[in-house]
Amino acid sequence: MIPSVTEIAVTAEDRRVAWLATAAVGLSLVDAAIPSPLPGVKPGLANIVTLVVLARYGWGTAVWVSGLRVLAGSLLLGYFLAPGFFLSLTGTTLSLLSLGLARHLPRRWFGPVSLSILAAFAHIGGQLLLARVWLIPHDGVFLLTPVFAGAALVFGTINGLIAAKLLAEPAPSEVR
Amino acid sequence: MHWLKLIRPGDWLVLLLGALAVGGSIPLFWQGGMAERAIIRQEGQVFAEVDLRSRKQFEVAGPLGTTLIAVEPGRARVVSDPGPRQYCVKQGWLMRPGEIAICAPNRVSVQIAGRTKVYDSISY
Repeated sequence: MIPSVTEIAVTAEDRRVAWLATAAVGLSLVDAAIPSPLPGVKPGLANIVTLVVLARYGWGTAVWVSGLRVLAGSLLLGYFLAPGFFLSLTGTTLSLLSLGLARHLPRRWFGPVSLSILAAFAHIGGQLLLARVWLIPHDGVFLLTPVFAGAALVFGTINGLIAAKLLAEPAPSEVR
Repeated sequence: MHWLKLIRPGDWLVLLLGALAVGGSIPLFWQGGMAERAIIRQEGQVFAEVDLRSRKQFEVAGPLGTTLIAVEPGRARVVSDPGPRQYCVKQGWLMRPGEIAICAPNRVSVQIAGRTKVYDSISY
């Protein structure tokens, strides 16, 4: 075989990101399979991965894992570049930004539950704003805000608890 | 309990603030927070523009008689109308921006308006 001109060295970090993103994509698929009473109200289980990654490997890795999850998840579920993709992307971007700020909160007082709730609110806030600006240019979109915000609080808390539980276990020596 | 140990003191604060935000969003978005005025029209001309914080009754004269309109904080309705089919009366309270009750035979309408102009399938 002709040797490739550009050799891409795969680092341990790359492998880790790939494995974690796979886990996140898997959870996105589980998420999509759960019936929801209202489009947009989803548990967001993949965010558990984001929270664990943020705590264990830092914000940069969390951005990679989340970004890959949105991309691969949308390809697998067939909404790549459809409105849902951009909603997902906006929500993820805003929740990553909020996590970037919130992770500087004192750890002694604020744990994964706080981060998860804040990220969930940022996520739905971003999606509502994008929906208002782009998809449904009418203030009626905001009629559902209390429902979405309530769901964000409930699922944010649950995901945060699961992430806290996982983080309470000793870290795996290394992800294969 | 086992799970409760995972919640740190600040988390309770965030939970509380989150719950307050959700609770606060209910009146903000669900009780006509965006409906600000009622516009009453007679023969297509604006008869009165009423702030929806007031409580008033209006008697609007039309070709068939008098249409009675009631305005209350956050809502407005047609109380009585001389028209034959009473569609605008049966609509009841209007409370969201863009909602409109038209008493066509008597040429009177009442519409709810917010900060921004909204269109519906009738007026657009």
